[in-house]
Amino acid sequence: MSEQLSRRRFFALAAAAAGAVIQDTVQAGRVYDPQRAGRAQAPITSADNDARIQAIEKKLRCSCGCGLDIYTCRTTDFQCTYSPALHQDVLRLAGQGKTAQQILDEFVKQYGQVALMSPPREGFNLAGYFLPGVAIVVAAFFLLRTLRRWTREAEGAAPAPATLPPNATPEELERLRRELDRLPG
Amino acid sequence: MSLLGHLSLWLAFLVGLWGAITGFVGGAQHRPDLQQSARNATFALFGALLVAVISLEIAIFRHDFSLQYVAGRTSRNLPTFYLWSALYSGQEGSLLFWAAVLSLFGALTQLFTSRRHRAYLPYVAAITSLVATFFVSVMLFAPANPFQRAAFTPLDGSGMNPQLQNPGMVFHPPMLYLGYISITIPFAFAMAALLTKKLDADWLVAVRKWTIVSWLFLSIGLLIGMWWAYVELGWGGYWAWDPVENAALLPWLVMTAFLHSVMVQEKRGMLKKWNLALVLGAWLLSIFGTFLTRSGVIASVHSFTQSPVGYFFLAFLVVAAIACAIVYIKRLPLLEAESTLESVVSREASFLFNNLLLIGLAFSVLWGTLYPIISEWVQGVKVTYGPPTFNFVNIPLGLVLLLLTGIGPLIAWRRASTTNLRRQFAVPVTVGVFMLLILLVAGMRELGALLAFSIGAFVFGTVFQEFARGARARHRQYGESTGFAVLQLLSRNRRRYGGYIVHIAIVLLFVGFAGMAFKTETEATLRPGESAELRGSDGHLYTFTHLGISQYNALNRQVTAALLDVRRDGKDIGRLRTEKRQHVDALGNPTFEPSTEVGIMSGLRVDLYVVLAGLVNGTEQAVFRFTINPLVWWVWFGGFVLVIGGLIVLWPGGVVVAVKGSKASPAQAGYAVKLEAER
Repeated sequence: MSEQLSRRRFFALAAAAAGAVIQDTVQAGRVYDPQRAGRAQAPITSADNDARIQAIEKKLRCSCGCGLDIYTCRTTDFQCTYSPALHQDVLRLAGQGKTAQQILDEFVKQYGQVALMSPPREGFNLAGYFLPGVAIVVAAFFLLRTLRRWTREAEGAAPAPATLPPNATPEELERLRRELDRLPG
Repeated sequence: MSLLGHLSLWLAFLVGLWGAITGFVGGAQHRPDLQQSARNATFALFGALLVAVISLEIAIFRHDFSLQYVAGRTSRNLPTFYLWSALYSGQEGSLLFWAAVLSLFGALTQLFTSRRHRAYLPYVAAITSLVATFFVSVMLFAPANPFQRAAFTPLDGSGMNPQLQNPGMVFHPPMLYLGYISITIPFAFAMAALLTKKLDADWLVAVRKWTIVSWLFLSIGLLIGMWWAYVELGWGGYWAWDPVENAALLPWLVMTAFLHSVMVQEKRGMLKKWNLALVLGAWLLSIFGTFLTRSGVIASVHSFTQSPVGYFFLAFLVVAAIACAIVYIKRLPLLEAESTLESVVSREASFLFNNLLLIGLAFSVLWGTLYPIISEWVQGVKVTYGPPTFNFVNIPLGLVLLLLTGIGPLIAWRRASTTNLRRQFAVPVTVGVFMLLILLVAGMRELGALLAFSIGAFVFGTVFQEFARGARARHRQYGESTGFAVLQLLSRNRRRYGGYIVHIAIVLLFVGFAGMAFKTETEATLRPGESAELRGSDGHLYTFTHLGISQYNALNRQVTAALLDVRRDGKDIGRLRTEKRQHVDALGNPTFEPSTEVGIMSGLRVDLYVVLAGLVNGTEQAVFRFTINPLVWWVWFGGFVLVIGGLIVLWPGGVVVAVKGSKASPAQAGYAVKLEAER
């Protein structure tokens, strides 16, 4: 009983102490050491959550070298100083009434095509998009032709099939089918 | 210890060279003394490299910061768990780990290869020794020696990259390395078959298990890597088409192609040239991947392993590719098929199309990875070939491949009749169409996801049908219960039914991938007590209430943690915690930039994924990113099923499959058929 009491007292004291600390922090509003929490963040605005802005930023590459788009970088690598600046550029251009395409063009003008997450679908870049698919289709066509040639050759080379009447009953054939179904591969 | 490690590397270099020379000469001149010496050299090589590994581990655990590697990768306050993984967390250590594991595989191959494959072993010893020696020479002659002394001994090391301080990173690199490394064994057997001209199907038997081992390790490595990216990097996804991820995917795709086409060679004696090319190609791609990983030739998030050693790999790759091409072309006349294709509508043909797609997909991934360089060469313009482009190009290919996963097992060997096709396809197609209709009625309009779920249902239908028919046949014949019959099917024909389980895993993975099409996310700034709401694609409204910020010290880091209360449609479902971590050395000095720890609440339908972006003006007002990721759980579950399926395939025993052309089964092309009286 005394052990239970002491345990209860212990938890009560611990809760009170924790409560006092939390109360103090909330009242003070500041955390113990802000430096530990990384770079200070600006409050989120409605523009930051604007689906149109996010869609544009997902098409633009961050120039910090992470390989991510601006939106993903600024919402992932919170130490990156490039993506918040690029985000501000996007907001500024959108604020000027530019369309999504015009904003993308502005970035290309400033940073080159490397600023786009996908190369423009024109000129040599068409090969970037379609070469693998076209190569597979062409290869499939030639594969089909080769397979047909092989089967024709096989048919030509094979002896004439024996025209023996089937000497198995339908039940036996069904049993054979079932047995074959059981076999591997 | 560092001196012992350094000497061991030199010893390994000399022994490896000796093993390579005696293996090649002994094999070519049929000299048993040299062959035995090459075999012994593989054991000595392993011994020397094991001593080097132990020396480095001792230096790491003793905090011997006189070694550059130890000082640059660890610190006194690094948790013990990560001291183990420090061995391969950096360039130099991972090269040592690679060489040591390869030498272990080389020695195991010499010990456990069946007597009937002994003819290949001198060349296998030579090739494994040569490849391991190359890795040792990179350590010794490139700036990559793990035993390199520092100019001065610091009081403490600079610690391990915080992103590597995750359980996923303890297992992901070794699994991936094991996959990469073990590809050398099938490659060595294939080269040995070419060099000895023993190209009957014996070499296939010798390499099949090793290929499955490699494939399985590579699969596990890729999956753990995806999991690590998801839980650690904080961007809310698990696959970013990073060049290094792609580099690991390439040999995986090629090996998957081989594991299918090898069946055609086993059963019909066809595709010998193709299968050999796949094995050689998979190994060359593994070296190419290593070059990509370590050269920094393409920007990658895996920047912690970039260095000039990549060009050693490029030189090795070029020499190896030329050597492979010469030997392969010289032996082409010996690789004629033993039978011909009887029908385009056959299992053989479907495997060929499956191979075409897998290799096409590998080409597509390689093309996309290299496209920025190609574009710069061809049009003088630097471009980004990012995830949107990869998805645009590869998702359709992946869906067709998924479709073939279902079609392949439904088509009979040699020739499929119309009746047979109708009987085989009826149920799976019905299941697929039914799923499509349900989803359309439910209002789903995302084309990629619709196709993924419908084709997935079709593939599931094929596998279910195969199991159901097999179990029914056993029930009729032996009176077994359904559950026991399924277990018997798995036990008696592990390769076939284990393969079907892998197909189920692929469906589950595609279901998980498709779920990402319905991801929702928002950012919010919250004071303690304030809430943000986000509706998930599962139709529920999730409310996240910021409870407060706490700060405390842990072993090697200072933590800032945010606690959030989570409600689904107003009902309490738990709490999420997300952190900012400032890692410090033993003296309390910051070692890296603060990193983020994601808070994840995982469920069958959705994952709630919360990231603490930071604090506003040093107060408890915090910026959060909330993401609802649907069906991610199914990716990890699919991965688990894939490993189970792979292990079933790999497990010894079951029905012995006769291989066409193998000495072990003269004149036996298929299977003995015996009708048994029905009970």
